[in-house]
Parts: sequence; C-alpha cells; structure tokens
Amino acid sequence: MIGAVRYVLRRGFELIERPFERLFGPALNPLAQLGALGFFFFWIVAVSGIYLFAFFDTGIERAYESVEYISREQWFHAGVMRSLHRYASDLMVVMIATHLLRQFAYDQYRGVRWFSWFTGLPMIWLLYGSGITGYWLVWDRLAQYVAITSSELLDRLPIFGEPIARNFIATGTLTSRFFTLMVFMHIAVPLILLFIMWVHILRISRPKINPPRMLAVMSLVALVGVSLWKPALSQGHVDLAKAAVGVGLDWFYLPLYPLTDIWGRGGVWLFLAAFSLMVGMMPWLPPLRRARAAEVDLAHCNGCARCAEDCPYEAIRMVRRTDTLPFPTQAQVNASMCTSCGICVGACPSSTPFRRSEELKTGIDLPDFTLKELRERTVAAAKALQGPARVLVFACEYGGGRRLDGAVRLPCVAMAPPSLIDFVLSRDLADGVVIAGCSESACYNRLGIAWTQQRIAATRDPYLRTRVPRERIATVWASALASGRVVADIAAFTAKIAKLPRARLLSPRTSTASSPSSDEHTPAEAGTAP
Amino acid sequence: MKYLRIAGQFVVIAALFAAVATFADWPAYRQFPSGSAIVILTFVHGADRKADCRRLSPQEIAKLPPNMRRVQDCPRGRRPLYVELDLGGRTVFHESLSPTGIAGDGPSRVYQRFVVPAGKYDIAVRMRDTPRAEGFDHAREGTVTLVPDQTFVIDFRSARGEFVFH
Repeated sequence: MIGAVRYVLRRGFELIERPFERLFGPALNPLAQLGALGFFFFWIVAVSGIYLFAFFDTGIERAYESVEYISREQWFHAGVMRSLHRYASDLMVVMIATHLLRQFAYDQYRGVRWFSWFTGLPMIWLLYGSGITGYWLVWDRLAQYVAITSSELLDRLPIFGEPIARNFIATGTLTSRFFTLMVFMHIAVPLILLFIMWVHILRISRPKINPPRMLAVMSLVALVGVSLWKPALSQGHVDLAKAAVGVGLDWFYLPLYPLTDIWGRGGVWLFLAAFSLMVGMMPWLPPLRRARAAEVDLAHCNGCARCAEDCPYEAIRMVRRTDTLPFPTQAQVNASMCTSCGICVGACPSSTPFRRSEELKTGIDLPDFTLKELRERTVAAAKALQGPARVLVFACEYGGGRRLDGAVRLPCVAMAPPSLIDFVLSRDLADGVVIAGCSESACYNRLGIAWTQQRIAATRDPYLRTRVPRERIATVWASALASGRVVADIAAFTAKIAKLPRARLLSPRTSTASSPSSDEHTPAEAGTAP
Repeated sequence: MKYLRIAGQFVVIAALFAAVATFADWPAYRQFPSGSAIVILTFVHGADRKADCRRLSPQEIAKLPPNMRRVQDCPRGRRPLYVELDLGGRTVFHESLSPTGIAGDGPSRVYQRFVVPAGKYDIAVRMRDTPRAEGFDHAREGTVTLVPDQTFVIDFRSARGEFVFH
C-alpha cells in the first residue's frame, strides 16, 4: 500500500521535475533545493519579523492600529516587510510540505535516514505554532476567528481548568497580559523551530542550508514583487460582539480550522494525532533492509580522510591511529549512520582494481559487496559484451539503468573508483563506459552524482587519470522511471563509440584481474594522481 | 539566450509565489450560514461540596496520625452542576456538568455554541448547584433580538450568583 502511494507520488514528481530541470538546470532546480529554500524563507521571516517588531505595539488596544500604521502609512518599507513576513511564512509551509512528500516519494526517509525524517515532525508542529500565533497579533477579524477556533480546539484537551475561549466572549475579557504572552510565544516558538532545524540536519554531511545565489536572488526579488502586487492587509478590527464570518483564511496555515466545523474538535485532534503517529512511524513501515555497514581495513588505510570527506551521511570520522602504521589517523565507521552506499569505497585511494594483491583489498569496503566482487562482476560483464562497440554500463540501483541487462549494478555509481573506468578501458575490457546514475536533482545518495562528476573532471580526489579518453565515457542521469531515456542515450553513445578508431591499449597488460600476482602496494603508495 | 532563460526562470518563480500569495487569504471562509447568529453558553462555576463538613469524634481524632489530626472532616469532591437552556421555547441544552480536577474538586465548566437564524428569541437558562433534587438555584429569562452575525453570550457570575446576558 505504502509502496503504491510512493510510486504514484514519484510519478507525479517525475512529471513536474522534468520541465523544471530543463528550465532551471540541475543546479538551480527549486525542487532539488526545497530544504535550502525552507531555510532561506525562515531567514526572510526572521529578519522581516525583527523589523516589524520595531513598529509593532504589543498592547491589545494599540496592536491593530500599529499594524494598520505599518500597512497603510509606512507601506513602502514596513508594509512590504509585513508582506514578506507573511508570504515567506506561507512559502515555508509549501517548501516543507513538498520536501516531505518528495523525500517520501524517493524513499529517502527509511534506514539511517530516520533521524532527519523523525526530527522533521516537530518542525511541522512548531512551524504551525509559529504561524498561528502570528495571526493573533494582528488582532483583526481573522485574528478573532483564529483565536476563538484555536482556543476551542485547545479546550477540547483536558488540560486547562478554565476554557481559554472564554477570553474572547466579550470586549474587555481579554487583557494585554494575555496578548503579551502571545507575542512571547510568537518569538519563542520560531526560536525552538530554528533549534530543531539545526538538529534536523545534524546527521547530514554538507547539508544544503543556502540555496544557490541566483535562485536566492530570484526568489527574493519575486517575493518583493508579489508583496508590492498584493500587500498583506488586515481584515478589519476585532469585534467580539459579532462572529468573525467570511474572513479570508490563509489556507496554508489554517486548512484544518474549517474542518472543526465538519469533523468537530475531537475529530481534528484525532486526525492530527493519527497524522503525527503515521509520519513518525513511517521510517519503520516497513524498515529498510540494508546491507552491512562499510568496514575499515587498517592495513590498507593511510588515514587520508577522503572517505570521511565524501560520506554523505557523516558516518565516517577520523580518529587516532590504533595500529603501528606510521599515519596519525584512521577512518572509523559509525554503523548506525552508514547506508552502505559505497561512496567511501570509491573515494579510497587504495581502491584500485589494478592492484595485484593476492586478494584485492582496499582501505574501506562493503562486506556484502566488496571491491574484489565489483572487479569480478566488471570483468564478467565485460566478457559478455559483443559487437563493434562494446559499452560497459555501471548503473545505480536507484536510477534509470537499474534493470539494464549486462550492467554492473552498484548501490551508488560513486562506489566505482575512477581507476575502475581506467581499468576497463586500458585493459580493453570495453570500448566505452557509461555511468548511469539517478536523476541529477534527486540523487538517492545525495552526493553520488556530484562526486562522480568531479572525479571524472579531475577536480576531486581520487581523480580519473588524464590518460583515460573522456570521449569513451558517458554519464546518464535519469530516475528509475526514465529507463527509456537511459536505453536511448546508451544506444546513441554506442553508435558514437562505433565510429571512433579502435582504442590503443594505454596500460600494458602485465597481468589480468582474474590472475593477480602478489606485488602488493602499501596504502601510502596507492596512486590517485592523474 | 541566457537572459531569456533567466527571465523564464524568474517568471516561473514569480508565478508560483503569486499563487501562494493568492491562497494566503482566498477563498474566504464563512463559518456559519449568512443570516445566522451565535448564542454561546459559557461559565465556570463550582457546585456545592458533595457532603457537609462533619465534626470528628475524639475517638476518630485519636486514630489519626498526630501530625494529621483535625477537628472536622470536609470531603473535597463537588457535585455536578445541572444546567438547562431554552431557546425559542425549545430546550437546546440540558446537561449535568461534572466537576473538573483529578479529585473532582474543581469547578464545572461549560462552553457551548449554538448557531441560530437571526430573529427574536425567548431565552431561559436554569442551573442547579446544590443537593436539591428538583427545581433550580439560579435562573434567568429574557427576550432578545439577534441580528445576523451577532454573538450573544450567556455567562454566570459566581460572586453575585446570577446569569449575565451580553
């Protein structure tokens, strides 16, 4: 059931993302920057909120007038700030909701990722708490509706001695002290939200908390433009002698309020409890079965820290050396944070299939899919290649090439060390290599595509050696639902390779992978230079 | 071409933001049908204790631990309140309101909203907060004309022991 929902959602995102990626490119695609945009809008809300506070009167009698002064007389600065404050808050809801759905659609919430998913739940509550308390402060007719409905909802819980809603039965029953409490909450709750936002990204390496500058500038300019086009305005002073009917609701923050009239207050609480329980339990419904965590082989680890640098999940850290090798540090894997993506294997300078050891070993390896096994599968897949242009495909098991016959499947294409491509081409195992990963804006292992691109471009260690002819390498970034495009791209690449002259062996074949000799490199000698 | 692309990107972002701004206060929501008025019955009031204080006998006092000896035994628990509300000659609310608190010693409370068509209504509210089995300890009647969207509140002032209409 959950799988079916996920599939439908993923299809939906695919349909939306394709045109977005075409227009914005992978770097600027807003759908790949939802978390970062959420942070960006939070900062807009914070700065505009601080600015507005300078003009806002917290007394119950003067609050409405001060907001009117902001919006009418000082519209060109404070009024714009009010609109920025309001619309950036709404956009935060949109970003968080889309982010949540997208993480679910791409199955990026289970396994070790439970932490970020789970800490996202209190963020939703706090975001709504921040927004709803903000609506009270304007003290207009919408504030009246929000205050009364919120109070009636809270009164449904057996917590408060006296119904809070009694504060709003008549003019004069509400004191400025109560209003000051709301102001305090509207400041305190967002601060707690910011703290949880920090916790949310604690277990992520290189979290994107700032959108690309171009996207940020365009968003800010667009937000200012919308604020001028449709300024946020109050909806008339509170009149407790009259019911607040026909108010313009903020449907991003208050969609459940009308439901209190349909489901009742108990029904809304039941829905909220069920939603929270469901979202909170989702990482374990069912739990993600993953391969065993990466393991460090100290005899082959020189403490270079590349694995720790490249790990997208902060699962590796460098600690003091525990053996007698003359290196200050060694890698240490935190198994509870490791997704077994293998990116560390691809980052390790010891991961070279050219090594002629008795048994191919590397500094860090996946116990369930070792580098040795990867080399063996590569050699076997290459042997099966036929035709004038033999193209070997390394496919991500979450990408569009995951079901391709004859492809070497990897948990992430960045698991393949650049030397493996060199190995394939220089040993004449194939005439061309295709790396088929996930969609560029939706890399399942977050940084796998970026690291692969940088390694091939020789801008990130370990480099792909310059002797490797780049025209014989192709990358195809496509989601699991775009397998047709992968097949078409590979066919086009194969046709291109067929027209190239036969590749000259660049590396004399002194031994084969299947019959290695015993002159083993030490970890320090393992070459990664171009 | 580059600038055209940037312009296209900006237009898409601006359109999305404009859509968000539109739904930030539209469509308006009408909680009650037009031409309706709201009557709210709400108060917080504690009924009498379940039993009167009883003077303890010397033997009973002697049985108590020395630091807990007292002359009277006063049960904390309160009785439930019984309230009735007639609106336009029809009883729309009649309920026994339990006391709040874990020990049942807190005041009873009520907050009930009634949506009625605007118009002229005879209102009668009655409450029993003593051990009596029949009749009421507090009551008020009146006739009000409710205009559309008006909120009419029926409150009870414990200090004065009377219902208040406002």
